[in-house]
Amino acid sequence: MTDAFAETRRSAHQEVGDHIEAMLGEHVDEVALLGDELVVRAKPQSIVPLLMFLRDDGVCLFKQLMDVCGVDWPDRMPRFDVVYNLLSMKHNLRVRIVVPVEEGGAVPSVVEIFPSAGWFERETYDMYGIRFDGHPDLRRILTDYGFEGYPLRKDFPLSGFVEVRYDDGQKRVVYEPVKLTQEFRTFDNLSPWQGPELERVAKALPGDEKATGGKE
Amino acid sequence: MAETRSETFTMNFGPQHPATHGVLRLVLDLSGEVVERADPHIGLLHRGTEKLIEYKTYMQALPYFDRLDYTSPMSEEHGFALAVEKLLGIEAPPRAQYIRAMYAEITRVLNHILNLTSYAMDVGAMTPILWGFEIRERGMELYERASGARMHANYFRPGGVACDLPAGLTDRIAVWCDEASAFIVDMERMLTGNRIFRQRTVDIGVIDEEDAIAWGFSGPCLRASGVPWDLRKAQPYDCYADLDFDIPVGKNGDCFDRYLVRVEEMRQSIRIIRQCLQKLPGGPVKVDDHKISPPPRAEMKRSMEALIHHFKLFTEGYHVPAGETYSAVEAPKGEFAVYLISDGTNRPYRCHIRSPGFAHLQATDKLSKGHMLADMTAIIGSLDIVFGEIDR
Repeated sequence: MTDAFAETRRSAHQEVGDHIEAMLGEHVDEVALLGDELVVRAKPQSIVPLLMFLRDDGVCLFKQLMDVCGVDWPDRMPRFDVVYNLLSMKHNLRVRIVVPVEEGGAVPSVVEIFPSAGWFERETYDMYGIRFDGHPDLRRILTDYGFEGYPLRKDFPLSGFVEVRYDDGQKRVVYEPVKLTQEFRTFDNLSPWQGPELERVAKALPGDEKATGGKE
Repeated sequence: MAETRSETFTMNFGPQHPATHGVLRLVLDLSGEVVERADPHIGLLHRGTEKLIEYKTYMQALPYFDRLDYTSPMSEEHGFALAVEKLLGIEAPPRAQYIRAMYAEITRVLNHILNLTSYAMDVGAMTPILWGFEIRERGMELYERASGARMHANYFRPGGVACDLPAGLTDRIAVWCDEASAFIVDMERMLTGNRIFRQRTVDIGVIDEEDAIAWGFSGPCLRASGVPWDLRKAQPYDCYADLDFDIPVGKNGDCFDRYLVRVEEMRQSIRIIRQCLQKLPGGPVKVDDHKISPPPRAEMKRSMEALIHHFKLFTEGYHVPAGETYSAVEAPKGEFAVYLISDGTNRPYRCHIRSPGFAHLQATDKLSKGHMLADMTAIIGSLDIVFGEIDR
């Protein structure tokens, strides 16, 4: 039932992707289609002219910034991605802008272009520690007052570092290092026949190669 | 008379205040009773859902979505199920699509009943919420009969729904549609023409079309400002392309229009539910691939292969091909989207949740500037704020 829409969406995205590449070649690193979704990769310094163009150009008119979020790739240089998801209601299109940033790096804020970016950028800063230059109010947003660390980074432990409780003797809330009654175990269950210490590899067991017919 | 000084003072509103619909702390700069600046402090209900999902298999991740917007659980599941289906390259069978659309609309009615009646309570009318909870509870029973749970249903799954509807449930849903329609009439009689209700909502918290778009509004809040945009029409998912319904649009973008749009949406949802009941096709309710959906229990008693599939699914889960997608659904509050990155293993690499309320609440400062303190509750109520999805 949805296939027909996917096809039209794909060709429409292809078209607007070509347009973006033709008009803004110097600001754009790569324009690609992932399935029927349009993905544009760009450098941090290009984000402001790029979003300005996407918002105002007649073929694009991506007037809504629906979402900004970060992604952590610890083994990659630069380490983070900032991902912007835009929507054009006029042309019924979506585009995703992916901007790589290194650790400790900053991205120009787009609050001036899209007021909705304010909280989204604050959240990305809160979760990943990516700074946004020119943001009028770059505070933490979701974590506790006085929180330290960036919880969505892959090297931040799931159980965190401190726990909170109300101390009746002191009549106030106290922070203490996390004490687990049982050590935190992560069951990756990548293969149910083996222990959880298994590395994340595709070929987990002898005999798994039979599934691909001996090919890698 | 001594010199008069004009100065602002700062007031703390919440986090434990019934009109904040959860745990919102607002720091308000007031000049007399006029709000000059509103600074919402959120995150008091932050549970790290996105982080937790990274440590769970796709199947284990699904129940977290019920707990985001706990007033419309199935719509959130829908967003995640569609995102995973897209990465897996599968499509739910027709019967599952109709069941999902039907339950998504039941969810919308339930969400709007709760929002509108509690909104009425925020601005001074106690009766609607007491009446509304009765019909809402009967709607919850429909949840319970399909999934076994009143709220946290865990019913929509990637590849279909958890199980087929039990016998006789469709008749009950049809009866409930009539009851809900009657309730909407009653509620409108109490509120729409009510002088106090209108005084509290008309021309309060006005946002025009341009600003609503710029601030990332979606759903009823956007449509109340006059933008005819609905993902069910514009980017139809599941079987919505085959269903006939209208998109109500407001004119003034004030609190009263947001109320009216939601009321009409409930009527349209009931229309969709009735169509789904009429058109509901037979057949399976989940994809016929036991690498993704569990085999029937009866089969497991006899078939070794089914047993192995079951064991593998509930320990290891299924592996989702590497890729990324941004999949959005029209949740009762607006565009609910899941940005999912898979690295080819059995767990999401990154699952970002785009909740509509987050964008709406962000605009409180803009909406409330120059209004009286008492209008603050009207504005927050009309945005349909639920902290489960905002704080995540």
